Order: sequence, then structure tokens, then C-alpha cells
Amino acid sequence: MATEPLKGSPHLVPAPLIGPGYDYATVTDKISSIVLTQKTPRSWIFGFAVAFFLLMVLMFAIGRLFLLGVGIWGIEIPVGWGWAIVNFVWWVGIAHAGTLISAILLLMHQEWRTSINRFAEAMTLFAVSCAGMFPLLHLGRPWMFYWLFPYPNTMKVWPQFRSPLVWDVFAVSTYATVSLMFWYVGLIPDLATIRDRSKRRVSQKIYGILAMGWRGSAAHWKRYETAYLLLAGLATPLVVSVHSVVSFDFAVGIVPGWHSTIFPPYFVAGAIYSGFAMVLTISIPVRKVYGLEDFITQRHLDNMAKILLATGLIVGYGYVMETFMAFYSGSPYDKFMIMARMTGPYMKFYWALIFCNMVVPQFLWSTRVRSNITGLWVISILVNIGMWLERYVIVVGSLARDYMPTMWYRYSGTAWDVATYVGSIGLFLTLLFLFLRYLPMISIFELRQLVPPEKRPTAPGATRATVEG
Amino acid sequence: MKRHPLYGLMAEFETAETLIAAARAAREEGYRRLDAYSPLPVEGLAEAIGFHDRRLPVIVLIGGIVGCLSGYYLQYWASAISYPLNIGGRPLNSWPSFIPITFEMTILVAALSAVLGMLALNGLPMPYHPVFNTPRFALATRDRFFLCIEARDPKFDREKTKSFLASLHAREVTEVSR
Repeated sequence: MATEPLKGSPHLVPAPLIGPGYDYATVTDKISSIVLTQKTPRSWIFGFAVAFFLLMVLMFAIGRLFLLGVGIWGIEIPVGWGWAIVNFVWWVGIAHAGTLISAILLLMHQEWRTSINRFAEAMTLFAVSCAGMFPLLHLGRPWMFYWLFPYPNTMKVWPQFRSPLVWDVFAVSTYATVSLMFWYVGLIPDLATIRDRSKRRVSQKIYGILAMGWRGSAAHWKRYETAYLLLAGLATPLVVSVHSVVSFDFAVGIVPGWHSTIFPPYFVAGAIYSGFAMVLTISIPVRKVYGLEDFITQRHLDNMAKILLATGLIVGYGYVMETFMAFYSGSPYDKFMIMARMTGPYMKFYWALIFCNMVVPQFLWSTRVRSNITGLWVISILVNIGMWLERYVIVVGSLARDYMPTMWYRYSGTAWDVATYVGSIGLFLTLLFLFLRYLPMISIFELRQLVPPEKRPTAPGATRATVEG
Repeated sequence: MKRHPLYGLMAEFETAETLIAAARAAREEGYRRLDAYSPLPVEGLAEAIGFHDRRLPVIVLIGGIVGCLSGYYLQYWASAISYPLNIGGRPLNSWPSFIPITFEMTILVAALSAVLGMLALNGLPMPYHPVFNTPRFALATRDRFFLCIEARDPKFDREKTKSFLASLHAREVTEVSR
């Protein structure tokens, strides 16, 4: 069993955020050596090979889609939004933890975010890339995607700005841009560190260009911190708005099971929930492979598990309220919708989702489960599955049972739906593996700020005094 | 004015505290053209070298206002002026539906001005800078702290400034060529 005891007393003194014995220099060397000098671990090569294979599956599936059209997927009116939109919402949700960890926890002075924010932000970026791909592929004529943007055209028409689908274009593209900037700005000082540590001409050049000539000047740091804080302040409402807008795609429609005011908060909580689950899914193997247990400590995993539990409860409340409101509203369509969800053709999906999202996280109440790393990893994967199922139930379940029985349809995805979905995981993992190998995966300069005072170099005057005394 | 052959004098320190103390001492001594370099943001260091610049928040505020107004105006102009289209009898300027995009544009332009403004005010990207000629300067991104008094400072004097810096607990003082 991979159980590590919680260090320190859990109730009184929080465990340290960084393993013992590190100072500025060793923190720097440890993280930058992963990029510069350490031999690429065998597991990295294996993982990258698998991810790259899946990426090729995606390329193949997309190639076929471009040739033959969306008919290769299982979508058929009335179920026009199948796996593609399920995957879109799932990936956007995952993308939310990165900015949440970086921005909201920064504003709240949660120092433990430091070890995980960099790769959570990277994860955000890659998940947004995967998410953005799906609506475009789903367009039917993906090469006309620029019609979504307001640009002067020969037809002299504009996008319908009253439509949540257009809001979505602005929300997701703003989110992708801001996440990219947030991530890159955070990287600049560390890229300079890598530039200065690297011995090879090529890497000095590449990291040098990327670092933009950062030299750590006091005036630069001052502006840098101001900009970073302002970005965090701007990204915080942005995170909330993006998934709210995604939920409007559903809530503004009059389809039973979609037309509900609980959707925005319930989607945002679900997004944070799935995002933290994905951070756990990734950080647990990564800390093991790269020996980063001193930086991503038991306390980090414990905190993330607690957030998972809290957001899981909010999501659970959402499920309960949805059911309650269906009956309380007195609308026969809503009532029918909920009954069809629980007992209809998609009941397996529904009960599996309830199990994964409402039952499984309850284990996280126990400190023993939270400190059991394997257990935590399994729970995080189950939550990821549960969140995918939730979107499936919402998207397909509602569309397949419209107002009129003549409009009913039994939808299921085809092998090409599966190939595109699995392929998008390949894209995500490929980008993630490249990131782990070529960029500092933990923010070095922020980690330096966590070095405990006794490990910081002391003033020469003070040292001399103690020696003489 | 004649260009000094040196860029300045660079003193290396082992701790952030000595660096701040040295920066304060240099300011008190009358030096005005100086900059400090550190591997992590040090609180109070910018003030110690006499840095005052409050332009960035103003730039971000202006960016946000520009994004907000242009985002709304884009939708208003497209829906009510350029191509008025009656959708279910709703008013052409149906402002509640324009709020989400207005909000996103506010954030987008404000964030862009935060990042681009920070880079522009810092003069980045800057491919070459004389301070990198300091032999041990690579440690400024690892664990060492540096203070540079620049040659363009009116009080700068090669020998006097060097001995002044050496008196501040500096580990080493080096000349920085251009």
C-alpha cells in the first residue's frame, strides 16, 4: 500500500509545503535539472509513445471526418449534439482548475498552490485546446469556422450576438488567450533560470529567446508582481463566467432538463470538481516518476482532496435540486424528463454518474483515504469518468426525449466518436509530456519564496557574530 | 556627454537583506542610477532603489474600459445599425444579451494590456543587456543578489564607487563592460 503518513500534526501545525533541507540553490537545481541534465525517464518515453499513438488516432479520425462529414458520428436529429459537445464541455470543465489554482488561490494567499500551479495552468491550456477543437469539428464545415467571429464580409451579416453559442466563442477564446498569457508570464523568470543554467548553445538560445532577456531587476519584479496580481484578479471572474456561458448553451434552450436557472453555478462547481480531479490524476504519477514528493507533498494532495470533496457536494446538491425542481415545478415534461433519466434507456449512465460523483467522493471525508495515494488516484479517475457521464446524460438524455414521442430517438456514439474522444486525450497527453520534458513544471521562483527562513542564506555580519560569540 | 567605457559596477550579495541595506545606503550616499537584481521578488527592494511607477494599473484600467465600451459598441452597431434584424420582436438594442460578450471583451483587453504593458514598461524583450557581461551574473536567477551602480550616475567614480560598494558587505565587486 502506498500510504504515506501525514507529516506534522494535522490539526494544529500545518505540514511544511516543501521538503526539509532545501535552499534557493537546491530548489533551482532540482527543478531545472529535470529539463536540462536528467536522463529522460523510461516511463516518459513509454508514456509519450502511447500519447503520440493516440494523437495519430485523432489525426486519422479527423481526416476521415473531413472527408466524409459528421455523418460518421452517431448524431442524428433530434440528437444533434452527441459526443462532440459532451467532450467539449468535459474538457472545458477540466480546464478550469488551472486558473482556479493560479488565480483564486493566489488572491487568497494559499501558498500551497505554488508547487502545482504551473502544471495546472499547462493542463488548462492543453485542455482548452482539446475543448476548442470539438465545436469546430462539429460544425459540419469546419473550414468555415471563422464565420463565428464578427468580421466584415461580402454578405454584410454579423453573428447573432443574442445567442449563447456566440457568447461561447468569445468566452472560450478569451479564456484560452488569458490562460496562455497567465502561464507564459509565470514562466518568464523560470525560463531565464533555465537559460542561465543550460550548458548547450542551442538550449541557451531557445530559452534565451523565450525568456525575453529577463534579468531579475528590482523594477521589473515590481511591475511583474503588479501585472501578475492584476491578471489573477481578472482571471478569477473570467473562470466563473466561462463555464456559466457554457451552461447558457443549455439553460437558454427550452429543452426539458436544460432550461433551468441552477445550471450556471452547478456547471461552475462541476468544472472545478473535474479540474481538481484531473490535477490529482496527473500530479500523483508525475511526483512519483520525477521524485518530486518534497515539493508536491502529502499536504498538497490532502488539500486538493478536500476541495474535491467540497465541490463534489455542491455538484451533488445540483443533482438533488434538479430532481426536486422537476417535481416541484409541476411541469409534466420536466417530470417525465427526470423519470426518463432515472429509468429510461440511459439509466445506466445516470446511475453510474450518481455513483462516481455523489457516492465515491464521500470516501474523502476520511483522513486515511486522503492520505492513501493509490486510493486518491483511483477516486480522481472515477470522478473524471463521472463528470463525462454527467455531460452525456445532460446532452443526450434531454435531446433524445423531446416534447413529442415522434421526436424520440435512441442515440449512441460510433467507433469514430470514440476514436475522436480517445484521440483528444492523446493530444492532451502529448502536449503534457512535451511540457514536462522541456519546461520547468514547478514554478521555481515562487518555490524559492517558500524556502523556510532558517534555510535562507544569513547576512555575513550575523554569521560572524554567532561564530565569534 | 562622453560615453563612459563601463556600464557600471556590480556588487554581489549573498542575502536579500544585505542587498536591501546596500541599496538604501547607496541611495543615501547620493547615487540615483542604480538597479538591483534578485532571483525572487524581494519586498521593499524596488522602494530601496528609489523606484516609483504607478502607470501599470492605470494602463490596465484604461484597457478594461476600452474593452468594455468597444465590446458593447461592436454588438450595438452590428445589431442595431449595420444590419438590424427583428428576432422575435426583441428590441434591436437588446442590452441584457450583450452583457456576456461585453464582459469577456473587458477581461480580454484588460489582461492583454496588463501583460503587454508590463513587458513594454520593463523594456522586454531585450536581447542584449550589459549586465549579462558580469561573470557571475547567471547566479542572479539562482541564489545570489546583485546591486549595480551605473556609470551614467553623476556621482559615479570608478575607484570611489568601487570602494564604497566593497564597504557594504559585498562578496565581490566587478566592473561591467558595455
